[in-house]
Amino acid sequence: MSLRDWFASKRNTSTKLDVSAMNSRLTDEEICKLWTQCYSCHQNIPSKELENNLMVCMHCGYHFRIGAYKRIMQLCDDFQEMDENLFPADPLNFTDTEPYLKRQADAHQKTGLNEAVITGIGRIGEERLGLAVMDFTYLGGSMGSVVGEKITRMIERALAERLPVVIFSSSGGARMQEGTFSLMQMVKTGAALAQLHEAGLLYISVLTEPTFGGVTASYGTLGDVNIAEEGARVGFAGRRVIEQTIRQKLPADFQTANYLLNYGQVDMVLARQEMAPILATLIRLHRQSSGLAPISLA
Amino acid sequence: MSDKILPLEFEKPIMAMEEKIEELMRLSQDSHIDFTAEIAKLRSQAEEVRNKLYHRLTPSQKLQVARHPQRPNLLETVKMLSPNTWIELRGDRSGTDDRAIIGGIIELSSGPVMVVGTQKGRGMKENLTYNFGMANPEGYRKALRLFYHAEKFKMPVLTLVDTPGAYPGIAGEQHGIGQAIAFNIREMARLRVPIISVVTGEGASGGALGIGVANRIYMLEHALYTVISPEGCASILWRSAEFASRAAEALRITAQDLLEFGIVDGVIPEPQGGAHYDPTLNAQRILETVEQAISELKAIPNDQLPADRYAKFRKIGAYQEKNAAALSS
Repeated sequence: MSLRDWFASKRNTSTKLDVSAMNSRLTDEEICKLWTQCYSCHQNIPSKELENNLMVCMHCGYHFRIGAYKRIMQLCDDFQEMDENLFPADPLNFTDTEPYLKRQADAHQKTGLNEAVITGIGRIGEERLGLAVMDFTYLGGSMGSVVGEKITRMIERALAERLPVVIFSSSGGARMQEGTFSLMQMVKTGAALAQLHEAGLLYISVLTEPTFGGVTASYGTLGDVNIAEEGARVGFAGRRVIEQTIRQKLPADFQTANYLLNYGQVDMVLARQEMAPILATLIRLHRQSSGLAPISLA
Repeated sequence: MSDKILPLEFEKPIMAMEEKIEELMRLSQDSHIDFTAEIAKLRSQAEEVRNKLYHRLTPSQKLQVARHPQRPNLLETVKMLSPNTWIELRGDRSGTDDRAIIGGIIELSSGPVMVVGTQKGRGMKENLTYNFGMANPEGYRKALRLFYHAEKFKMPVLTLVDTPGAYPGIAGEQHGIGQAIAFNIREMARLRVPIISVVTGEGASGGALGIGVANRIYMLEHALYTVISPEGCASILWRSAEFASRAAEALRITAQDLLEFGIVDGVIPEPQGGAHYDPTLNAQRILETVEQAISELKAIPNDQLPADRYAKFRKIGAYQEKNAAALSS
């Protein structure tokens, strides 16, 4: 299957515009899909142009949130997904206002995703890497057993093939409906990264909007290089919890990418356009200094 | 314990029975009437009620026991584990001594052990000193330097965990609380000495994990280990903290639950009613469990302890793998 076909099979078909139907009168809905209003500067942008600009507003630089498959499409020249057959379970038999199983089914229906992370082996330019990209649209990007398992398996594969690892985080934190199972995924992934570290292999963490809780307190901040995407809010505790605890209003830029940069918590803040070239360069530099040969692209 | 034990709400029926027994005894003394039979009967009834009650504590009731203001804390416990030796090591060497996390060296029958844990205070003044056992990044960084210290000198590490979680504050975020916890998780996974962790009260989320990655994890009978406090869970999923006891039930956070899930390796029985009823016995039971664990772990070469830890956590997770036929359907 060609790369284009693979991406086409993953694209949500409801956003595809039927060209022949454009000859007849467009419905209001279709007209709206031709334009997108920027959430930040409120200008109307042609949707196609926004798409070509990596979902970044050309007027103000606002970075729209994007899903995992879109991110992979923007980033990689090639990508082989792994563990697509992992699905969540219900270890606690959990029901709050709705059963957890129903939330899973609804999330799958709404997003087409099986879970909140896509993992696999990718290629950016000449560099091969283990890659995980989280998706906030699936249950708030929450980390449960499947997220932990998929990320761990990807790291173990990178270890075996001596590849660098890049993880794009986007998450509200650990998934409550799996209780302490979710909590332990922080240890599982942390321990896998410990092995990667001891093998001298590079791990780059990219923190995207928003990343909080158990993800920040595990693989999110364990990179040899930690990168925050422009506009991302990243922290451990949520803003509201902190405000309630200290009984003070927080500064408007609290926990934003630049705030983190000023407080020494990230190595750099990158605009989306810079991601692919800088990641490729970082991977190359560390690979070359380690004396690892480039992987043959057979 | 010289202080009178503060009863919890759900213990009131027992308190009522105890008072009745005492009243009868006083009456028996004053009036010289023999109430022995009645007293014995009431005593055995109270015993039965007590047994039933404490064997069937709900998660919310356990939470009250785990958070009891008189529950033995870290400093009290280490002095019972090791009456002759306790040398505290303080500071992160970077500008702070976070008092919410306390560490130092004790001596057990197996030899010196590095103890690190969260410290809750007794009373308001102490709790302000120890920040209610809620640590900042500096506390986790202090813990880490003590872990490295233990590794250098081949001392086993014992962590005692009782915390409502890491402190949610501005300075914590500025100084990287997420990274401090994450880094501790990673480094504890790599440590070349045995690590044993005992959750003695509340084990809350990342705040507990920051000192909780171990070869063996034990919980006291009424201790709890949770990804989020029941109150926090209720306000998010049920939109109101009033549903905290529902959340506590749903989250499956008791020691018995975690043992069943294979997440903890053992449950340490508490004195009836909770550790605060008999701190000495409680410490004795912790000591027995820890010494047994140390002797088992000493059989593993230090270099293989990370692999033992990896295997323990690697298998934790509940998911489904669907085969190709199921996927295409």
